Amino acid sequence: MLGRTAASLFWMSRYHERAQNITKLLEVAYRSAMVSQQGENSIDDWRFTLMSSGCDWAYQAKHDEITPRSVISFMVFDKNNPSSIRTCLEMARNNARSVRTGITAELWEAINTTWIEFAEVTPQSITQDRLPDFLSWISQRSHLFRGALLNTVLRDDGYFFSQLGNFVERADNTARVLNTQYWVLLPDNDVVGDGSMQNQRWSGLLRALSGLRSYRFAYPNAELTAFNVAEFLILRKEMPRSLAHCYQWIDDVSDDLGQFYGSRQPSLDLASGLWRDLKEAEMRDVYQQGLDDFLNDFIVRNNAFAHQLSKDYNFA
Amino acid sequence: MEESDRSHFNEMLDNQGNPREPYCRLNAWLSEKPSNFLSRKSKEAETIFRRLGITFAVYGSDEATERLIPFDPIPRILSAREWKTISAGIDQRVRALNAFLRDIYHRQEIIKAGRIPADLVIQNEAFLPEMIGFTPPRKVYAHIIGTDLVRVSEDEFYVLEDNTRTPSGVSYMMENRETMMRMFPDLFQSYRVAPVEHYPDALRQTLESVAPDPAKSAQTVVILTPGIYNSAYFEHAFLADSMGVELVEGRDLFVDEGKVFMRTTREPQQVDVIYRRIDDAFLDPLTFQPDSMLGVPGLFDAYRAGNVTICNAPGTGIADDKAIYAYVPDIIEFYTGQKPILKNVPTWNCSKDDDLAYVLDNLADIVVKEVHGSGGYGMLIGPTASKREIAEFRKVLQANPGNYIAQPTLALSACPTHVASGVAPRHVDLRPFVLIGDRVRITPGGLTRVALKKGSLVVNSSQGGGTKDTWVLED
Repeated sequence: MLGRTAASLFWMSRYHERAQNITKLLEVAYRSAMVSQQGENSIDDWRFTLMSSGCDWAYQAKHDEITPRSVISFMVFDKNNPSSIRTCLEMARNNARSVRTGITAELWEAINTTWIEFAEVTPQSITQDRLPDFLSWISQRSHLFRGALLNTVLRDDGYFFSQLGNFVERADNTARVLNTQYWVLLPDNDVVGDGSMQNQRWSGLLRALSGLRSYRFAYPNAELTAFNVAEFLILRKEMPRSLAHCYQWIDDVSDDLGQFYGSRQPSLDLASGLWRDLKEAEMRDVYQQGLDDFLNDFIVRNNAFAHQLSKDYNFA
Repeated sequence: MEESDRSHFNEMLDNQGNPREPYCRLNAWLSEKPSNFLSRKSKEAETIFRRLGITFAVYGSDEATERLIPFDPIPRILSAREWKTISAGIDQRVRALNAFLRDIYHRQEIIKAGRIPADLVIQNEAFLPEMIGFTPPRKVYAHIIGTDLVRVSEDEFYVLEDNTRTPSGVSYMMENRETMMRMFPDLFQSYRVAPVEHYPDALRQTLESVAPDPAKSAQTVVILTPGIYNSAYFEHAFLADSMGVELVEGRDLFVDEGKVFMRTTREPQQVDVIYRRIDDAFLDPLTFQPDSMLGVPGLFDAYRAGNVTICNAPGTGIADDKAIYAYVPDIIEFYTGQKPILKNVPTWNCSKDDDLAYVLDNLADIVVKEVHGSGGYGMLIGPTASKREIAEFRKVLQANPGNYIAQPTLALSACPTHVASGVAPRHVDLRPFVLIGDRVRITPGGLTRVALKKGSLVVNSSQGGGTKDTWVLED
């Protein structure tokens, strides 16, 4: 396989995952802004969206103030925002197109149709009341993409690279979302005020990572606490967007890749090191290190893995 | 159906308005369909094409840079007898053109014999001095050719262009067929249509047969594309996919010790045959255009060292040069000793004073083309041009006559085509695809392009032309 092909499959999945993550963040902001009592809080919800996706600086360079309308247009449609849903879907498709020969017809049709239909939507037509439907359509399309990928692609090196791209992006997103509001997850935060504020933040985080419902099943008493929410999103490997889940998957796929090629590259050892640390960690240790330190450290190591992978397999 | 018009040959209806033999069943089938049937089917086809990404890029337009070529759902049908003449003529022509290429890059017998002026060859922009004295495997220069034909009567086919560089359109031939079989299974089954689906296999066999070492058990063949923004990118990906070979860009290849390798996720892999879809000038920045980002530094040296085969060979463009075109009948006679089976369109060479004078006197009746132009750009079609367009073109032509050739306007044949008002005859051409390697392989059929505007003779997709599936009937 060409190095460039591996890179394109990695980035195709990465961009598609990113589009889905941005979609989730916008859904949560939209919902929180609707239920929040004061206007100021509602602006915070949109600000978190910008921060979690790393778009706050780029946004401020372009807009003077944060308004729902301009955040939506910036995060959904802006061609010059490298993390807008539009850019992500287009990049995902361009990467797929450049490896048209390496992916199945089902996968190509999923990704191509999404792009064609998205490109036909005018920003003006997505008024606030139409936003939820539109976002949920994007989510559906991205599940279709992932379904086509899992159900039709041959389990060879191309598949492995596409999985690695997917989970590197997901892990990065989860860590950033948590990092943006890490103080909400500090254990001594449990007792401030009547707790309704915290409850709303915690459920917002869980929603942003598609985990509110499954949290209720994972923790039998179903009560939201900082400790449990943090543990769920960081260390519980049965939660599909937790850091542990992402790295268990990355480690598995790394092993497969190593076996497929008959040799282990340095990047694969970075992956297994990170997985081992997550597997053995307990929330106590995480809080002891400092939650923000822990998350920052994770983001750096996750990046280092992706970087080493691209070197080991001649992505450029 | 529009009334029959005798100014051109109608492929479906004879002068009495009765369907010709190959079209009988199609005509009956069409007549029993409801009036919105074809519109519905056309929309269906468009959806299929767009979803599969069968698009071509239009240069210089910002919006909608990927467009669909309109697909006409009514097939064009050629009888086995008609095809026999066409394929014999093409076979003769491509063999002669390859012999010509070998000759001009070696002993130049045809020039010595005075059959073609030396200047026309040696001074030609498409003549590559770097190729002199080099012989590619099996002495084949042009492996993939798309011969453009037009029909003017029952038995007369003219060759318009030979396209010996990197002809495109074969993916449309194949996808059009797939679409027809999916949309009209009943009609398709009522005919015995010669298949086109083996084209990718034939292409791969052809490419492998000209590898530097044909005895090697596994040949590594690649397609070299300029990338996803090229107008024919879909076709490059389609061919790589259906042949099961890698689709590479220049940056995926490198030359080491005179051999070509591709960068893979593991160790570099040596490449034996490159089907390149980039022009000569971009192949190798060390030999040709130094600022080319599309090519591979050192590729030409590896080629001359006999370590890799480039298809088509560099320098084949001279065989489809518009100034050389007028000499192709001589070329055929010189190398094969036979009369040409397919006709050449009489051509005036505007660099000659007598010819230029004639062309200037008759601009309103003839077609003038740029010698190096393609895609239907920069040409004048006298009979359909306005007085002003003709006056403007006259100035351009006089300023640089050597840049132009002229030909009489041919009465292109017409085929039934789906248009807004129903079904009407529209002018068509035909590009069959030929492969030359260990033998000559001609796929029965090809790409029929159709001028969708009433009366128009320009079939190029960049000028609003569409395509049709082309059925060659088996005996």
